[in-house]
Amino acid sequence: MSKSLNLAAALLTFATAAAAQDVAPSKDGGYGIGRAAMPEEVAAWNTDIRPDGMGLPVGSGDVLTGEDIYVENCSVCHGDFGEAVGRWPVLAGGGGTLENKDPVKTVGSYWPYLSTVFDYVNRAMPFGHAASLSDDETYALTAYILYLNDLVDDDFTLSNENFTEVSMPNVDNFIDDDRAETEFPIFMAEACMENCKDSVEITMHASVVDVTPEETAAKANEAAAEAAAVEAPAAEPVTEAAAEPAAEPEPAAEPAPVVVAAADPALIADGEKAFRQCKSCHMVGEGAQNRVGPELNAIMGRTVGAIPDFRYSDVFQDAMAAGEVWDNDKLHAFLANPKDAMPGTKMSFRGVRDAADIDALIAYLQSASP
Amino acid sequence: MEHYKGLKPSRRNFLTGAAAVGGALAGSRLSAQTADPLIVNPQPWRQDLGAGVDAAPYGVPSKFEADVIRRDVPWLTADAVSSVNFTPLHALDGIITPNGLCFERHHGGVAVIEPSEHRLMINGLVDKELVFTMEDLMRFPRENHVYFLECAANSGMEWAGAQLNGCQFTHGMIHNVQYTGVPLRLLLEEAGVKTEGKWIMVEGADAAGMNRSIPMEKALDDCLVAFKMNGEALRPEQGYPLRLVVPGWEGNMWVKWIRRIEVGDQPWHAREETSKYTDLLANGVARRFTWEMDAKSVITSPSPQAPITHGKGPLVITGVAWSGRGTIPQVDVTTDGGMNWHKARMSGPSFDKSMHRFYYEMDWDGAPLLLQSRAHDSTGYVQPTKDALRKIRGENSIYHNNGIQTWAIDADGKAENVEIS
Repeated sequence: MSKSLNLAAALLTFATAAAAQDVAPSKDGGYGIGRAAMPEEVAAWNTDIRPDGMGLPVGSGDVLTGEDIYVENCSVCHGDFGEAVGRWPVLAGGGGTLENKDPVKTVGSYWPYLSTVFDYVNRAMPFGHAASLSDDETYALTAYILYLNDLVDDDFTLSNENFTEVSMPNVDNFIDDDRAETEFPIFMAEACMENCKDSVEITMHASVVDVTPEETAAKANEAAAEAAAVEAPAAEPVTEAAAEPAAEPEPAAEPAPVVVAAADPALIADGEKAFRQCKSCHMVGEGAQNRVGPELNAIMGRTVGAIPDFRYSDVFQDAMAAGEVWDNDKLHAFLANPKDAMPGTKMSFRGVRDAADIDALIAYLQSASP
Repeated sequence: MEHYKGLKPSRRNFLTGAAAVGGALAGSRLSAQTADPLIVNPQPWRQDLGAGVDAAPYGVPSKFEADVIRRDVPWLTADAVSSVNFTPLHALDGIITPNGLCFERHHGGVAVIEPSEHRLMINGLVDKELVFTMEDLMRFPRENHVYFLECAANSGMEWAGAQLNGCQFTHGMIHNVQYTGVPLRLLLEEAGVKTEGKWIMVEGADAAGMNRSIPMEKALDDCLVAFKMNGEALRPEQGYPLRLVVPGWEGNMWVKWIRRIEVGDQPWHAREETSKYTDLLANGVARRFTWEMDAKSVITSPSPQAPITHGKGPLVITGVAWSGRGTIPQVDVTTDGGMNWHKARMSGPSFDKSMHRFYYEMDWDGAPLLLQSRAHDSTGYVQPTKDALRKIRGENSIYHNNGIQTWAIDADGKAENVEIS
């Protein structure tokens, strides 16, 4: 073997050894870093639920109670019967569709375990106000979702006692990853390099489907990004703003609007808290956009149904045609009972019970409007 | 669909008419009829002073790159807070994704966490249930690795056929980043996993409380608890201050804002491993725990957002390839829709479970092309066609589509997403 080859071999060995050494070393008995978790700390975070019932809190809830909670917190996105609004997840129905061209995967038709419903609701719902339901409320809601899927009767009560007795219809239709058996033997075959087929035809064009985002949106983004790059080099990404629609207002910098006598910072703070139940659907503040509901900037004094690119319910369109304007009384009435104040409204929200909360909300909406 | 650089008439006008329209024949050069004013006239940037240091204390890309941004597909999801956007693969080169261009996927928006207020807890089947601060984590030995992160739903819209015109949209739910972090193994050793501890559940501190189950074997193998990406702190939208890295496995498992690791004796069957991220087959049965990302590749240029604008002659075809099971020793490229394939040239470092860059250079005669790339990974797996995948899985899987992508290039150099026989 020549000298240079020897050297190359040596270098290769060295490189391999160097790579092998890039392993952070373990230490016998550990590094002694961190501290013991206290039982109440573990209890505060360890709220996950497993199919075998591990983690279930003591409690119970019935279908009818669940319906009330559902109507107030969930139906705005998931629809009155779990059928979903827009592209929000469908919760009910879909049985027998899993082999269809467009399967409907719901809790009833697809989810293998009930524990997943409890665990997910408990950790992530209601959207925009996560982890706000009590254990009993979560049992009730889970019972109601079972009811929506025709899996229990309307007198059913779910509890930690009977939870694991509930079996989901699709539980047996899941298999562990079997690609090693079903796919690898086929996809490990030697690949053809030459004369692999006689002819080729185009069978489908994406341009025919035409679902690629429009140029206008791209151009708008482009212009926005350019402006941001020039004017605010160290600005936070746009997504930050989008993720925080109800950014902390600065009462000191915002003089009280004329409609309210004086902006009370405590009232505004209460209003901001109350707005949590609105903000999964509505935005207010700088850069607020329409979401499930219209943006709410300068709502006071705004013509009802006036946001041009929002698809309002008929009742709002009629009000706009009649020139109706949001004032204190009208907002109060609507927020107290939307369905009474605006019959036929799409807004699936029961209303704010406490009149003081409504005052706070109105104060907050005004303070947060740019 | 967009306004492309390089098409600007100011420069084109000074090239000969024939060349500007059809491009030059291979090997022949263009000739100019008029002196280029960009050369013969002084330009402002040659005469006027530019901005000084610190004009941008945190540097940003040139304003002429303003169209190289993440983009979303608004009709895909109900709301931007639980949604996804896409890495502009068509505009990038090499293997590293710049931090600000890494695609985002959130289920409850971006959590904003001050590092001193972040905690990581280990509980469950361990000898000692522990709490770590960020400061604690910085005292463990750490490692650096380049890994791709691909969302299981990348190319998910393409199962039933060609849908979106742009590899940003068809393949942009991926990024490739160098992570600095503590091996998860060291943290689990610190807590002492009991013998019956076979699984972990990882949980985020965001408004989704994202949670996933991971088998202990993987947790002890190569997972990292990472705090840096490409040398700097994680971006907020990538899990600042702490995220899990699960090399080669579907992106949803790389829990961002990670706050808790629970050790258990069986999986949790969380929402994102039952209702979502399971692969529904044609017969109504669904695969679960399909964690490893199969070998995959895509030509990033030319592609619908990066058409050929220079006419006939030398053409650089380039793209990226990756595998959740190893490296990519070979990528093949076809220009005739798969009748004949050519080995592409692999370029840049080849890391385990990382993106790889490939090039195929050719002389384009101006005839339409059907471009595809096909990845081979280090296990011998060869990226399948979409038809081969659909034959096994049907069209309802949504997730884990690693089928071969086809771009049709027309005589003008425009590219379109198509399917072929």
